[in-house]
Amino acid sequence: MAKSTSKDAQALFHSLRSAYASTPTNLKIIDLYVGFAVFTALIQVVYMAVVGSFPFNSFLSGLLSCIGTAVLAVCLRIQVNKENKEFKDLAPERAFADFVLCNLVLHLVIMNFLG
Amino acid sequence: MVGKAEPVNGSVKSGSNQSIPATMQSPLKKSDLIPNLSLKTLKLKTKQQELLIRVSILCLVYVLAFITRLFSVLRYESMIHEFDPYFNYRTTLFLTEKGFYEFWNWFDSESWYPLGRIIGGTLYPGLMVTAAIIYWLLRFLRFAIHIREVCVLTAPFFASNTTLVAYFFGKEVWDSGAGLVAAALIAICPGYISRSVAGSYDNEGVAIFALLLTFYLFVKAVNTGSLAWALASAFAYFYMVSAWGGYVFIINLIPLYVLVLLITGRYSMRLYVAYNSMYVLGMLLAMQIRFVGFQHVQSGEHMAAMGVFFLLQVFFFLDWVKHLLSDTKLFQAFLRITVTTAIGVGAIALGVGMASGYISPWTGRFYSLLDPTYAKDHIPIIASVSEHQPTAWSSFMFDFHILLFLFPAVCLISAIAVSATIKNLTLVARAKSKVTQTGSVRGSSSSKGSSKASLDQSQPFQRNGAIALLLGAFYLLSKYATHCTWVTSEAYSSPSIVLAARGAHGNRVIFDDYREAYFWLRKNTPPDAKVMSWWDYGYQITAMGNRTVIVDNNTWNNTHIATVGRAMSSYEDEAYEIMRSLDVDYVLVVFGGVTGYSSDDINKFLWMVRIGGGVFPVIKEPDYLVNGEYRVDKGAAPKMLNCLMYKLSYYRFGELTTEYGKPPGYDRARGVEIGNKDIKLEYLEEAFTTSNWIVRIYKVKPPNNRW
Repeated sequence: MAKSTSKDAQALFHSLRSAYASTPTNLKIIDLYVGFAVFTALIQVVYMAVVGSFPFNSFLSGLLSCIGTAVLAVCLRIQVNKENKEFKDLAPERAFADFVLCNLVLHLVIMNFLG
Repeated sequence: MVGKAEPVNGSVKSGSNQSIPATMQSPLKKSDLIPNLSLKTLKLKTKQQELLIRVSILCLVYVLAFITRLFSVLRYESMIHEFDPYFNYRTTLFLTEKGFYEFWNWFDSESWYPLGRIIGGTLYPGLMVTAAIIYWLLRFLRFAIHIREVCVLTAPFFASNTTLVAYFFGKEVWDSGAGLVAAALIAICPGYISRSVAGSYDNEGVAIFALLLTFYLFVKAVNTGSLAWALASAFAYFYMVSAWGGYVFIINLIPLYVLVLLITGRYSMRLYVAYNSMYVLGMLLAMQIRFVGFQHVQSGEHMAAMGVFFLLQVFFFLDWVKHLLSDTKLFQAFLRITVTTAIGVGAIALGVGMASGYISPWTGRFYSLLDPTYAKDHIPIIASVSEHQPTAWSSFMFDFHILLFLFPAVCLISAIAVSATIKNLTLVARAKSKVTQTGSVRGSSSSKGSSKASLDQSQPFQRNGAIALLLGAFYLLSKYATHCTWVTSEAYSSPSIVLAARGAHGNRVIFDDYREAYFWLRKNTPPDAKVMSWWDYGYQITAMGNRTVIVDNNTWNNTHIATVGRAMSSYEDEAYEIMRSLDVDYVLVVFGGVTGYSSDDINKFLWMVRIGGGVFPVIKEPDYLVNGEYRVDKGAAPKMLNCLMYKLSYYRFGELTTEYGKPPGYDRARGVEIGNKDIKLEYLEEAFTTSNWIVRIYKVKPPNNRW
């Protein structure tokens, strides 16, 4: 039972890896950015678990800025990905401009909330 | 028939006409020698005619929404109504005088003496900031306007804006015909008018505008999948959060909507983009309001939104993996693992959060939504507010009329129903000789129209039936409009602070006692005097009388209110102890026995007893009742006849003849002759009674000298 699960997991991992290798480079860069943001968020959570959550607004603003940029980057990836039929008439420049605007608003609010 | 498109009977009827295809256009090349008032002379194409009709209807609806709310300004004067708006007015005044920084950090020592109130952190600033911005804008344009006028007219102005948003929302969801009907329906809907009449300077006035705006922008974001619209809806949500505590309903309705979309399979990538960016940005913006604070991550009422957020992440991640993997078997295994882990982690997190008390449970407001009788049994102070009583069915009919069976409480759906019905009926009625228009949203209607045309040849009665139904629909709608206007005029335009009645000869008699009493307080008492009254009048006393009060309408401290309730329900000497401990200088009671005014303190007295008794068991409700009955005449309970409230209300009343043919001391509000006519006050003395005895003010005597 365990052997079949591990074999399954290995097969899964291999097929995922091979399928992912075929994605275009710009999407891979966005994925890297998302991964970095989530990783930073995890570090902040671990730090909060160690030293406590005071002041809470600072913790929340740091965490939410990471999660916020991750979410916005995923939205950008969705809009820029050529395989998505419903976004095919959206210019990638427009998608990027929206992304920048939303990030601007996000970080302005974060700076106000940081305390 | 192009000329027929002028609005005949209210804007609602005309909304249908724009679906009439105008194929028999006058030839554009010929010019009319005799100018007449039909639209033909303007030589407009169909599309431009349609635009003109739509714009003129919208303008009419905009003006209608504003002027139907002006009844009380015309009948009485431009003043702030009721109780809560006086607090909003006072804070707006403070904001315009001292600036935003002082306002945001304001600690008020003039209410809730001796505790004070952190106003900056316990209010929703949206309304005040909106009114202040309008005021500063008008002042910049050199209009010398007083802030009170701006406050009085803010709600009708925003009601007009709501009709515009309703138009765009209807257009987004269905088509422009439905949008016009939605705008017209919401302009005169009595339920909305009651909270946004001129003078009712309360949060709902701008909040309903923000609510509709948020929903419209979110639906637009889901439909277009654009980050810009999602950002706009996040800002609209921020405005909603800043304006009203009822934003909680939005933060639960939108996730519910997303959930329904997911379950019914009507989703795509656009949903992910719209909801996620709106949630993160909206949540962050909302936490900037001090009153809301960290509730978005800590309160149980906000957890649904977070749950849907995580659900969406899992859902679309799985979708992406499925797209990457070509082998379904492997994907099934992956799916099993991920779903079980996700559910497990989510359940553990939720369980730990609730058990440790970190995630606070649902507040009384939500329980009352689900079970309207909850507050009555558990929280007397919420139950005592008349607005919180469960609505009687007749009130539903009163407020919504035909919207009740069209679709309860949703003007938009009714608008779609009305518009679609009228459109189909007119299509049937006119299909005989027309080529259907191409401008219709439903592209198949052209084929429908032609098939209907062929059908029409064989069934002449169908056309008559359609016309009859159309007339019926118009009759219903005009009845709705009449009902709404009547309701607004009779029921919802009263300022509550000024009372009116019919005199013996049919002339109108105005009772302005409240303002008389507050003005007396302002001019005849020392500036640091403290006034004790029941919490209803707190805001008005601070705003108009400019004196410190013990409790006011914010009702944030139940024990403090219970102390006042206990003082009012005790014998005079016990009450004197309590009043000395609170530094009370004046006591204010409202008494309706002379005028027959039924919202006075004696009628509210049982609530004082219940709230006081809830905290101090020495006050027992049965002490004041006789056989379960509440009486003030000779047969009343002895504790009732000698408590402070009774004494202060009926002092010197026993000598007064109020009605011809009745003995002196006849209480017109209760309809009985009072029991205790010979009242002597030992620790208080009468300071002021207004001309119709509605408000009575007593001064608390300082303790006697020892020798």
